[in-house]
Amino acid sequence: MSYQTHADLGGQTGHGAVLPEPESELWHAAWEPRALALTLAAGATGAWNIDQSRAARETLPDYARLGYYQIWLAALQKLLAERGLVGDDEIQAGHALRAANPAQLAQHIKRVLGAADVSAALAKGSATQRPPTTAARFALGDRVKTITAVPLHHTRLPAYARGKLGVVRRVHGTHVFADANAQGLGEQPQWLYGVEFDGATLWGDSDSGGGNGGGQAGVRVSIDAWEPYLESAP
Amino acid sequence: MSDTKGHDHDHDHDHDHSELSEMDLRVRALESVLTEKGYIDPAALDVLIDTYQTRIGPRNGARVVARAWADPGYLAWLQQDATAAIASLGYTGRQGEHMVALVNTPTLHHLVVCTLCSCYPWPVLGLPPTWYKSAPYRARVVQDPRGVLADFGVTLPGNVAVLVSDSTAEVRYLVIPQRPAGTAGFTEAQLADLVTRDSMIGCGLAREPGAAQPSANTATNAATSAAANAPTSPPAPAKPHTP
Repeated sequence: MSYQTHADLGGQTGHGAVLPEPESELWHAAWEPRALALTLAAGATGAWNIDQSRAARETLPDYARLGYYQIWLAALQKLLAERGLVGDDEIQAGHALRAANPAQLAQHIKRVLGAADVSAALAKGSATQRPPTTAARFALGDRVKTITAVPLHHTRLPAYARGKLGVVRRVHGTHVFADANAQGLGEQPQWLYGVEFDGATLWGDSDSGGGNGGGQAGVRVSIDAWEPYLESAP
Repeated sequence: MSDTKGHDHDHDHDHDHSELSEMDLRVRALESVLTEKGYIDPAALDVLIDTYQTRIGPRNGARVVARAWADPGYLAWLQQDATAAIASLGYTGRQGEHMVALVNTPTLHHLVVCTLCSCYPWPVLGLPPTWYKSAPYRARVVQDPRGVLADFGVTLPGNVAVLVSDSTAEVRYLVIPQRPAGTAGFTEAQLADLVTRDSMIGCGLAREPGAAQPSANTATNAATSAAANAPTSPPAPAKPHTP
């Protein structure tokens, strides 16, 4: 089975200039706030975790063509359909065509977010740090090399940072491992590190770094990498 | 099967309009189905929207930055444990569970991105702007941050190193921009008015006191703080935009 993300954009060329916008500009269509709220409220049921929702979004075949809240909606429909919670025919019809199956309900709908609970739920969030059960393999200042393997599932090591030499600059503790959590394999917490790379390591020297101004002097990039993404380097 | 799309004829007249209507219908349909099935409470949607329109936005982060500028002890706490220091001002939770503050200096400038999706520190900055979620920024800022800064009208001296933090896990980053000169004796509220959203992502600098608010479409600054500033700032419609 293959897995293809369309969201791993770092280092791609040809997307054009960034278009700044004023701080007051929150929405670009009347349906967007409702789409945001629907996504948050549906996610609050506990029917999927955040890594599963990211996987659903990044694998949408038309990801590059859709606006951001269109991506959210399409992924929401996909997550609901995969779990048998809502059929596309019901969305087409504009109302429920079937009663929810009790077994699916019990498995997926763990809670319903009420208006009175919103503030507390947002303020609480979903922390991903877990108590460590192993010693950290790496320490501040350690030289590391990122793995080159491309997994056939959701992962959070960007393509531009694969197989690169870097230095551990932060130790964030142990966190829910996105790769496992996205596959429904449980949290499998792993040590998480801030790893810093020289621009030249990622993009080559400034004279040969391609048409995007790559490898500019004095540029460094940091990613957060779980321990399985890293090997020791001399 | 009932047909709720009663005005298909519009497609012939106005494609933009009908496309919007199609999204409107789809969102409404989804809300109806989820509500009828008992998965969501529509009243919660109203509260969620209101929260991110009125309560959780970049003015929260501006207060964190202003406190950091005004109080060296707070800045030290922020660098030691940003999650706790920010929580002490009341900003916690969703998409800000694990915070790190990145403090700009005269020789180091921080930028924040999420190349893989749109991770962003919601409790302090609210919802991300469109450009933050879009391909041009996510693709280019890790490779050509100075070029991206130029898109925002910002040029850094050549001796300033640039560090781009890609939010690839659940740690969220808040940039603490440099305090502008000429702000000695400012209250925290006055300082917070100088802190733009973009400066807390690293795509802008804090405003100089007395500098004109840029016009809305240049966007290096806060349209919302324009209103907040109204009583204290003299109207300056004739002043040119100063990046």
